[in-house]
Amino acid sequence: MDQDENAMKFALLINEGPYQHQAIDSAYHFAKAALDKGHEIFRVFFYHDGVNNATNMAVPPQDDRNITQQWSELAKAHDLDLVVCIAAAQRRGILDENEAERQGKSCANLADGFRISGLGQLIEAGIIADRLITFGD
Amino acid sequence: MAMLHTVNKSVFERSTLDSCISMAKAGSSILLIEDGVVSAIAGTAAADRISKAMENISFYVLGPDLRARGMSEDRVIDGIKVVDYEGYVDLTTEHDNIQSWL
Repeated sequence: MDQDENAMKFALLINEGPYQHQAIDSAYHFAKAALDKGHEIFRVFFYHDGVNNATNMAVPPQDDRNITQQWSELAKAHDLDLVVCIAAAQRRGILDENEAERQGKSCANLADGFRISGLGQLIEAGIIADRLITFGD
Repeated sequence: MAMLHTVNKSVFERSTLDSCISMAKAGSSILLIEDGVVSAIAGTAAADRISKAMENISFYVLGPDLRARGMSEDRVIDGIKVVDYEGYVDLTTEHDNIQSWL
């Protein structure tokens, strides 16, 4: 747990959705291991189908992991910056309250701990983080 | 500048591992994760060319993904090191950059 001079800043890029590919689960275990070792997760960027991990409307069976909730809780515990690509999100029906209102939709569905922003956030993460790790199919 | 390559598909499903081996520079490392762990098993049709690649490239396999698929560590090709997620994180810090073969 000790924060030492070897601690690094990580950025993670998630390109696939939940329950279909292992990418998001691998990323979660990686993030937890990195945090346990005292590293920092500078940002997690959800892109392409990866934005589907950010919906709070999914209701997985009780005996299965709730992937979105796992990330919301990890974000809360470690103050993580979970960023969802706006263009990918709008195509797939992932909306925060502002966007739902702007698009005339009946509800928003962006889960706690996530925020919607643009691709510039991925570029910035790539510049600022020491390591950028991609999880996809 | 040593690079860590991660390969997440079986050598029998996709050509990513073979592409990775042909592109990877001597001194770099390959970590097999997800369905890629299948490629680490000894005695398969691909084992010989992986053993040959190990002359120049270090090979690792993610233990949790291996065990999740019912394969034990004693079945992996000699010389492939088994790591857990902590080891995965260490590999990413020990290498300058990471290429995820998808």
